[in-house]
Formats: sequence, structure tokens, C-alpha cells
Amino acid sequence: MATTTVTNAPAPKTNRLGLQVLDYRGGKTTLCAGCGHNSISERIIDAMYEMGVQPERLMKLSGIGCSSKSPAYFMGRSFSFNSVHGRMPSVATGALLSNHTMMALGVSGDGDTASIGMGQFVHLLRRNLPMIYIIEDNGVYGLTKGQFSATADVGSKLKTGVINDLPPIDTCSLAIQLGATFVGRSFSGDKKQLLAMLKAAIAHKGTVMLDVISPCVTFNDHEGSTKSYKYMQEHEEAIAEVGFVPSFEDIAVDYDPGTTYNVTMHDGSHLRLRKLHEGYNPTDRVTAVTQLMQSHATGEVLTGVFYVNTEKPTFIDQLNLVDAPLGTLPQERTRPAKAVLDEIMSKHR
Amino acid sequence: MATGDAVLSMTSVPIAQPGSEMQQGTATTRIVNDFSIQVATVNGSGSQSANSILLKSLFGMGIPVSGKNLFPSNIAGLPTWYTIRASKDGYVARKKDIDILVALNAETAKEDILSLHPGAAAIYEASLDLKQYREDVSCYPVPFDKLTAAVCPESKLRKLVRNMVYVGVVAKLLEMDVTEVERAVRNQFAKKQKAADLNWSAVNAGYEYAGETLTKHDPYCLERMNATAGKIIIDGNDAAAVGCMFAGVTVVTWYPITPSSSVVENLIDLMKRYRVEPDGKATFAIVQAEDELAAVGMVLGAGWAGARSMTATSGPGISLMAEFAGLGYFAEIPGVIFDVQRTGPSTGMPTRTSQADILSIAFISHGDTKHVMLLPGSVKECYEFAGAAFDLTERLQTPVFVLSDLDLGMNNWMSEPFDYPEKPLDRGKVLTAEDLTRLGGFARYKDVDGDAIPYRTLPGTDHPLAAYFTRGSGHNDKALYTEKPNEYQEIMERLASKFETARTLVPAPVVVQTGKSEVGLIGFGSSDFAIVECRDQLKNEYGLETDYLRLRAYPFSPAVHEYIASHERVYVIEQNRDAQMLSLLKLDSPAAEITKLHSVLHFNGLPVDARSVTEAVVVQEGL
Ligand SMILES: Cc1ncc(C[n+]2csc(CCOP(=O)(O)OP(=O)(O)O)c2C)c(N)n1
Ligand code: SF4
Ligand SMILES: [Mg+2]
Repeated sequence: MATTTVTNAPAPKTNRLGLQVLDYRGGKTTLCAGCGHNSISERIIDAMYEMGVQPERLMKLSGIGCSSKSPAYFMGRSFSFNSVHGRMPSVATGALLSNHTMMALGVSGDGDTASIGMGQFVHLLRRNLPMIYIIEDNGVYGLTKGQFSATADVGSKLKTGVINDLPPIDTCSLAIQLGATFVGRSFSGDKKQLLAMLKAAIAHKGTVMLDVISPCVTFNDHEGSTKSYKYMQEHEEAIAEVGFVPSFEDIAVDYDPGTTYNVTMHDGSHLRLRKLHEGYNPTDRVTAVTQLMQSHATGEVLTGVFYVNTEKPTFIDQLNLVDAPLGTLPQERTRPAKAVLDEIMSKHR
Repeated sequence: MATGDAVLSMTSVPIAQPGSEMQQGTATTRIVNDFSIQVATVNGSGSQSANSILLKSLFGMGIPVSGKNLFPSNIAGLPTWYTIRASKDGYVARKKDIDILVALNAETAKEDILSLHPGAAAIYEASLDLKQYREDVSCYPVPFDKLTAAVCPESKLRKLVRNMVYVGVVAKLLEMDVTEVERAVRNQFAKKQKAADLNWSAVNAGYEYAGETLTKHDPYCLERMNATAGKIIIDGNDAAAVGCMFAGVTVVTWYPITPSSSVVENLIDLMKRYRVEPDGKATFAIVQAEDELAAVGMVLGAGWAGARSMTATSGPGISLMAEFAGLGYFAEIPGVIFDVQRTGPSTGMPTRTSQADILSIAFISHGDTKHVMLLPGSVKECYEFAGAAFDLTERLQTPVFVLSDLDLGMNNWMSEPFDYPEKPLDRGKVLTAEDLTRLGGFARYKDVDGDAIPYRTLPGTDHPLAAYFTRGSGHNDKALYTEKPNEYQEIMERLASKFETARTLVPAPVVVQTGKSEVGLIGFGSSDFAIVECRDQLKNEYGLETDYLRLRAYPFSPAVHEYIASHERVYVIEQNRDAQMLSLLKLDSPAAEITKLHSVLHFNGLPVDARSVTEAVVVQEGL
């Protein structure tokens, strides 16, 4: 416009939709400073921004816990449903059935998933529902002040001195066995790996299950904890280096097929997994589970993408739904004609 | 009753000659189109088709009829009873007395025949020799196995075909119109010509045997009427399924449980047939969930995202849905939940009927919650209230429960055919992207229209101001997080006002009021059939005129209170132990009304019958 004053400020950086990072932010976090969950929110913002996801096309779903609160702190322009403890999978399933054209991101905690929510979690995996399911895993119930969760390692110690003596549930092994088609583990402090995994997750069609170790600075970050920042810095071991080349970035990146798996994702982007561990094979479920079990024995925390399958049909594919969202189909498509009622009535004569 | 006399005079009827038409009682002793038949068999013996053929034959003869299956929680081996009632007056409730017994279960046969009133009739497997127990019952021994073997060479099929033999015997003894019986057989096996022929020959074997060998000496018989023309026969669960399909349901979730499973099983058949588009794609999703918690979670997720979503369950499932029901109430999310009520928990009586989930559903969940309940009282209302439930749940943005019961849901009832819905679907207050542009945004939980119902947006609405954050109790009218006392209280008060709006929108009660009677009856759901008959008994036998209000929903319409206020004594009739509906009425009524309320309860697992209600009212009225 003619009256516009010219400023010298550089144009703000935008993504392929012309949106700024700002458009991907949410409310101010109310979690503890230093909580791993906050870093995960940051990486989600980065990944969504860099992938150019339209915020209005995303549904955020969560259960109950500090972790499950976090959807309030990213992507404020996306629809969000903070549901009940352990039952987010069913809510996500319903929401996607109503509108399968949306992207869905579920945020849960280790308590929310591996204890109260185990029943729904395993069935979500089994259905290969197309969504990203993140466990923000701190080994404790943060919101109820630090009790052990079912992902706590044997020998891990609470501040009160209580030692966990029950074996942990490995949500990644479980997810691989039960049918999730993109399974990985990361660490809230490993920015690069987590970002690459999240971007690949956005490109995937099917259930993405990411267990992200996310230290609870208030209740489980002390000496003796196996989910502390220090423990992770000392014991994290990447099974492969995760690289991601989005479909819209037309750059040819060289890779060595001898050491690197190249997975072509549903949208044409590429996931490059450079082998760091002997025998690594992300396309084989048995190998993946074996390696996870071996790492438990050595006390290493294996991270990276363990398993990926881009072929398996999703739950939505199997239901063979019409293309338009079911929820907003017009009456003409959902209420059969009077002749149909007449036919049904005549069968009951 | 006339039955005692009838038996005396019948003893003199001469024995029919083989091959001749069977002798009948004299006209004065005949009881026409007004009796009940009970078939006692073993669960899993395949008697369903035979019973259905009997029912349809009577229906085809134009006689008002109802059928009830009294079955155990078992797949095979335990006793089961099927009762058919023919009633020229159109009474379709359970009849307390059994007039004609078909005893095919050796294990219960003695008990079955001992329970008959003098003058009743019994048809039974000849080897059981039941005559020894009852001289005062007309006995008809039939060698079922022998007759079956003669028409059915294949021994594997005999167990099933045997049932058709009793159809033939009953048809002959009751003077049924055989063309109607044949029509019913052919319809039942419409797609299987061979099965139809085999079954029809078994019916004939029974019919001929009865004609040649048995002498009728009971008063019961059937005559053609014209009272079922144009009517249909359907069970409540099937009716509800039809209703859901025409209500445009798109997301259906369930976890199998008797007696609700057939709501969804019927719906699956209907939707596969009528709701798949020419390209083979479905306009619906039906998901068998891992449990009822997941089923209702999916319903709310889908309702939140805009779908007409539903689940069907029974009491145990309702209990599991408690937490989510409260979330639906607080977060204001639509969803329809059918509860086909049965008796209490765990193993034992799950296949028996009751109306005992009233209070638990009215307030299900934690915190200040209350829920809208619809109470269909006929198969037609099962159909219509399915439609009403979806309109209400989307209009009110709160879960809506539809309370049917095993008796209504799983038994066959006559009905007028269902009417095609005239009104378009009411999808409630949903804002589009254009609305948002025009309005400059919205506040999710704000009462804009003064009816306490806010506006919502659906995920996917393409506008930067469309999204909001859904959570349980801690939100203000802009859907922002809050723990402020005044903001919480404001939301709670609006939710209470919304319930008042619901009061004006739910189906109003049906009132039959003469203006002359001091005594009012109140009932709901499947009790209606017995209450209608009970009112005639009170009037004809005791000279007591009564008025009648049938509740059709909670919250109660103002008309309910006007009705209570205008009577001296009001009997609330319900099928549970603790007078749950009466309690709910008390909570809703001023003191002057409360003192007028009296209770009539029926809770033995059997559907309520008119005689029991009449007797309870008579005692309390001191008649
Ligand atoms: C049905 C139910 N039971 C218990 C609780 C209490 N509760 C709230 S959060 C929580 C545990 C959360 O742990 P986790 O999922 O690991 O989340 P974190 O806070 O550690 O991120 C519990 C037990 C609840 N909200 N609902
Ligand atoms: S208590 Fe733990 S999990 Fe919860 S916000 Fe604080 S650091 Fe995070
Ligand atoms: Mg935790």
C-alpha cells in the first residue's frame, strides 16, 4: 500500500506454507524449568514448522500427567483434547474415525501409557492407527509427585530411597511386536536425533510410537536414577544415525548403501538410517526386538529408529472409508431414502 | 376364570377316530385368541426358528401376539423357555399364567407341568409320562423322536427338525390356519429351499399325528382376526439399529454384551447393505473395541471431531464408562450410549431383564454431573428415540443415554410400521470458517444465545481462530485453563442451566388423564405393556379408574409435576428393587408432591406382568 513505511527489518523466516515459528507456538509452559517434556515440545514445534504442517490440520491428544499437559504448550492453532488418564488411544481412534483427513499427535507419559493405559495402548498398536504416539518417559509419575512407573529400571532409586525391583516394560519392544509400523526411542536432550525422528514420524502413515526419555528434574533426576540427564548422557547409545530428507527439499544427499538403510516414506521423503550397531536391520522385527533385549542386559539405553514398515495398511485403510471425513458427511449421504425404510419394514411383516 | 368349568365339560368329548377331523369343545367352552403358550426346551437345541414360526403364524392370522424368550446365560445345555401370548384384546405384556405348555426338556418337565393351573394343557415328549403328575391338566403325549426320525433321515439334523414337529402339533391342537404356518416356514427358510421342505414336512408330521391320535380336550383355540393388518413384528434392538442408520450415525463402537449386542450386529448388517456407496466405500466406521472404556472413549473422540457416534452396552459396560461420561458432560461432547438393561453383575442373571440402571446413569461419573436419558416404551420408540438421541446430543453437546431393556430389546413386538423421519438432522451449534471470519473468533464455552448451549468448532475447520483446547473441569468460557473459583462456578452454573434447556427439548411424557380419577400411575419403558393391561383390570375387576403418565425422558418435563400435583395418590411402577425412578422423581419434586408418591416394584428378572401390578395397587388402595 502507498502509505506503508519502509522498514529495514529483515523479513521473518517462514516455512513452505509462509508461516513463522511463532505460528507453531502454544501457551506458556507451567511445567518445571528443566523438565524434559518442555524440550520435547520445542522439538515438536521445530519439526512441525520445518515440515510445513498446517496447524489447523493437526489434532493433539493426550491423557493425564505432566506430559499430557504439554500439548497446551505447543501448536496453539491446532485442536487439542486433554482427555482422561490412560485412555487417549480411544479418543484418538474416535477422532480419526470421524475425520481421517487430519493428522493426529498423541502425547502420553510412562504412567499414562504403561500402567493405567496399557489396555488401550496395545490395541492402538495392533490397529496401526495412523498417528504419532509419543511417550514422554521419565520413569515416574510426575504429576502425582514421583511414584515409580512401570518403565522404571530394576535398581533405580527414588529420592526417598525406595528401590524399584520389578522389571521395566519396554514399550518399544511391545510396539514392534504388536504392530506399530514406526518405532523408535530418543532422549529429550538429543536435539538432533529427536528432531529427525519427529520429522520422519510426520511423513509416516501408520502408528508411530516414540518413547522419548524425558527426565523429571523434580522427582527423578538424582544419583541412582536411570532416567536422569546424567545417566542418559553416560548410557545413551544410538543404534543408527537418523537422517531425514523431506520430499519438498529437492536435494540429493549421498549415502553409502552398504552402511545406510534408505527408507522411502509415504510422502516421498527419505529416512536415512546409518548403521552404528552390528546387525542393525530396521526392516526386521525379530532383529529389532533382539537388539533391544540385549541392550537391557548391558545397561545401555539404545536409541534411534528400531523398526519401520511403510507397507502395512493402516486401520483407516482397512475400514475402506469414503474420502471425505465421516463426521461432516451431509445428510444426503448418511440418511438412506424412504424406499429403504419401506423395504426394511416389509421384511418385518 | 372359565378354565375350570371348561375342563369338566371337556372330559366328555368323544375320542376322535384316526384320520377324522379332531373333535372340538363346544362353543361355550372355547377360549379363543386369549391364552399363552410356553415352550420349554434346552438352550442350544435350535428352537428359535420353530418359536418364531409359531409367532409369525399367529401374526399372519391377524391375532395380536407377543413372544418372549427366557433364556439362561449359557450357550448350550441349560433350560430355556419361550412364551407366546395371543390376545384378542391386544395385550402384549407377559401373562402370569401359562395356559399351554410344550414340554421338551426332560430336566424341567416335571416342574414345568406342576406350575400349570388346573385346566391348562400340556404337550410333551411321550416318554416323559407327565400325566402322572397332573390329572387336572389336558395331556397330549407325542413321540417326537419317532416322528422326527421318520421325516429326517439325516440324524445330524434331527435335533433341529424335532422342533418343527411341535409346531405341527400345536397348529393342529389350536386349529391354526395351516396356510399361515406354511407361509411362516417358507419365509423363515426363504433362501434355503431344501431346508424349507424338510422343516415343512416335519410340521406336517406333527400336524398329522395330532389329527390322527390326539383328542382335544382343552378349551384353547385360535381364530382368524384382522388386528395385525399393516403391522410389523420386530425386536427393540433391531428397531434401534434401524433408527440409528436413519439418524445418519457414522461412528459406531461396541464391546459385545448381552442383551445389547444385537443392536450393533443388526446395525452392521444394515449399514453394509444400505450405507456403502457405489464405489464400495463406507459412509460409516464400526469398531469392536477392546472394552467399554475404549468404546465410549472412541464415541467421545468421534463426537468431538464432529461425527454422529454411538455405542451400545448393558450395565457392566455402563459402569466402565463412568469416568468418560463425566468428561463428556464437562467438556460438552456429544455421543449416544444405548443401555439395554439387564439384572446385576457378573455371572448368574445377565440374560434377565430389569430397569435398574436409572439412578446410576442419571448421575454417572464423579463431580457434579447429571445426564440426559431417553426411555423408549415400545419398539417404535426404540427407532424414533435413536433419531431423537442424536439430535439431542448434538444440540445439547452432552452425552445422551437411551435406556432400553432386555425385554424390549431382545423380544419380538408388534408395531405400526416406522415413519420416515420428516425433520432434517439437527447438527447443533457448529461454527464454520466463514462464521469465524464474520464473528472475529469465538469463545467455546460462552452462552451466547441465552439457552446455556455454547458454540463449537470441529477439528479441521480452516481458520486460525477455530482451534480450542478441550479439557475436563478447569476451563473458563474461552476454553482457557483456569482454577479460579468464580470461573469454575460460572461454568457449573451454565451446565445446570443447560440441563434446564434439556428439560424442554426431550420427549414429553405421554399422559392419559380423564380428569375424574384421584389415582395416577407412572411408568416407563417396557413396563408400559403391563400397565396398559393393569389399568383395564383395575377398572373392570375393581371399578378403579386410573390415569396414566408414561415417562419418556430425564430430565422430567414440567408436565410430570403437573400430573403428580393433580392426583391424590400416584403409583410409580418400575422393574427394580429400590424404586430408582421414584427416587429420581423425589429429587425433582416439591414436598407436596413427594408425599403423594407410592411405589410398585417388580424385580425377579422376569418381565413385569399386569396381574402383579394390579395386585400391588389393589393392596395399597385397600380394595
Ligand atoms: C483414573 C485416575 N487415576 C489416577 C489419577 C492421578 N494421576 C494423575 S497423573 C498420574 C500419573 C502420571 O504419570 P505419567 O503418565 O508418567 O506422567 P508424568 O506426570 O510423569 O509426565 C496419576 C496417577 C488420575 N488423574 N486419574
Ligand atoms: S514434576 Fe517432573 S514431570 Fe512434572 S513438570 Fe516437573 S519435572 Fe516435569
Ligand atoms: Mg512419567
